Amino acid sequence: MKVAHYWHCFVGIQAREWLRFWQQRTRFFSALIRPLLWLVVFAAGFRAVLGVSIIPPYQTYITYETYIAPGLCGMIVLFNSMQGALSMVYDRELGSMRVLLMSPLPRPFLLITKLLSMGIVSIGQVYLFLLVARLLDVEPPAWGYLAVLPAVLLVSLMLGAFGLLIATWVKQLENFAGVMNFVIFPMFFLSSALYPLWKMQEASPWLYWLCQFNPFTHAVEAIRFALYLQWNPAAFGITATVTLVLATLATAGFRPQRTRILASRPSSPQAQE
Amino acid sequence: MKSLLKKTALAAMIGLSAPALASLAYVSNEKDNTLSVIDIESMEVIDTIDVGARPRGILLSKDHTRLYICASDDDTVQVLDLATRKIIDDLPSGEDPEQFSLHPNNKHLYIANEDDAIVTVVDVTNKDVLAQIDVGIEPEGMAVSPDGKWAVNTSETTSMLHWINTETFEIEKNIVIGQRPRHVEFSKDSKIAWASSEIGGTVHIIDVDSLEQIHEMSFKVRGVNQDRVQPVGIKLTSDGKYAFVALGPANHVAVVDAQTYEVLDYLLVGSRVWQLDLDKDEKRLFTTNGVSGDVSVVDVDAMKVIKTIKVGRYPWGVVIDPSS
Repeated sequence: MKVAHYWHCFVGIQAREWLRFWQQRTRFFSALIRPLLWLVVFAAGFRAVLGVSIIPPYQTYITYETYIAPGLCGMIVLFNSMQGALSMVYDRELGSMRVLLMSPLPRPFLLITKLLSMGIVSIGQVYLFLLVARLLDVEPPAWGYLAVLPAVLLVSLMLGAFGLLIATWVKQLENFAGVMNFVIFPMFFLSSALYPLWKMQEASPWLYWLCQFNPFTHAVEAIRFALYLQWNPAAFGITATVTLVLATLATAGFRPQRTRILASRPSSPQAQE
Repeated sequence: MKSLLKKTALAAMIGLSAPALASLAYVSNEKDNTLSVIDIESMEVIDTIDVGARPRGILLSKDHTRLYICASDDDTVQVLDLATRKIIDDLPSGEDPEQFSLHPNNKHLYIANEDDAIVTVVDVTNKDVLAQIDVGIEPEGMAVSPDGKWAVNTSETTSMLHWINTETFEIEKNIVIGQRPRHVEFSKDSKIAWASSEIGGTVHIIDVDSLEQIHEMSFKVRGVNQDRVQPVGIKLTSDGKYAFVALGPANHVAVVDAQTYEVLDYLLVGSRVWQLDLDKDEKRLFTTNGVSGDVSVVDVDAMKVIKTIKVGRYPWGVVIDPSS
């Protein structure tokens, strides 16, 4: 297999993701509404909450808006990845996933490429969000916008791999909504996205440890530190390790024929396509 | 070649180790009885100096060789030699000195004695008390106009500005302003005086020629209760463009257009911000945040707070040495 084949396949998957994205372009903007509501409505009510302590990577006192902006970037990626996982279950039901996996290229390559293509859409949304946030006085240093790119990509790979793993477990499309609620909300709320961990520790040490063991906390911190041009080896290391583990598990465990509808049908899979 | 390298390295070491080259800010820590010395380039505390009890107001001599310190609980004004960073003298100040101001002649020091309702004028060269002037109850803020004609004292309980003629040491006029006036700052040309009133939550603009108030401004910080807006320190840029007003427990510094008296922005700093100073180029503004025990640094061009530096407990006054 030549590099050219890989490249051809890579471009193909990207193109398909962008095509899908273009067809659902309203989703691109509506996905921005959620974090913006958090930023404008929720954060406004808590403006005075944080002027108590200076925590790295910040050099001075910050508004609550400034604090939660990186968490909301994480939220965008989280929702996107779960949406991506949903679409993978959907693809599987419709059989287009099977077409993809029929490619002679190695399955991990195909799946990782798919995750990357989803990640690139997330990056677009994160940048659009950061742009709007800048108008609302969330102003990280200019180079931070560049430094945050690898962090967002890494986080979207991690969460994408997690979504993929869930997709391999979930047998039916209908179950997915429930899974999303069980995954997204605890992951988001039990993290440093909305409150710094020292505040959590004040409230309850248990909460603090739950947050510490939540990879999403480290994902958010990786974004936060990168956006403010600081290197946080722990956050990056944990995010990268979790990404590696999840991606390995997900690509190894992914079976296109897990869906019950297909499994219950005696006819050949070609009929589906 | 080798010796050249050696010389360069040596020169670099000397350069690094010479403290006189760095621009320095001095901050009085009211509860620690110390001064913090901050390198304004690296924005780090490089030294802490022990001084008298409860240091509050601090100011530089006009030749920038000495720092005067109101050691309130020691009832004295201390003189710190900046070259050696040692206290070299005490001045008779009257009881509980809090704020003071030095006449441009570099000799006459006007000291507000909060408990005695007087202003003491001391000649710093021979320690003579030249006058004790009766003013309103709880005198606090003290300022001498850059042209040297006026000394202004604010009395907190009487809510007045007392205009003292510096030649006769007599009060020529009293102006009633908002409740609990704290601080007065003159424009560079001595034509306009800005006075903050802490409880009133206002800043009053006084025309010095007519000694009349020409404007009164108030502040509204989003998300902060109005009764926490308590203006104290004021600092003006010498180009007449901006005024900075420290809003106390509102934890913000107001940026004001000094021509139109319009508030341009509110900058978030530490808790209970009181006093301010600008560096020589007026590129950086330092604020003392008493309750949070730190100093915030504002980049004046960008109008952004760029760093907050931990100092001692209850930092009160700040002075940047323009010659360093």
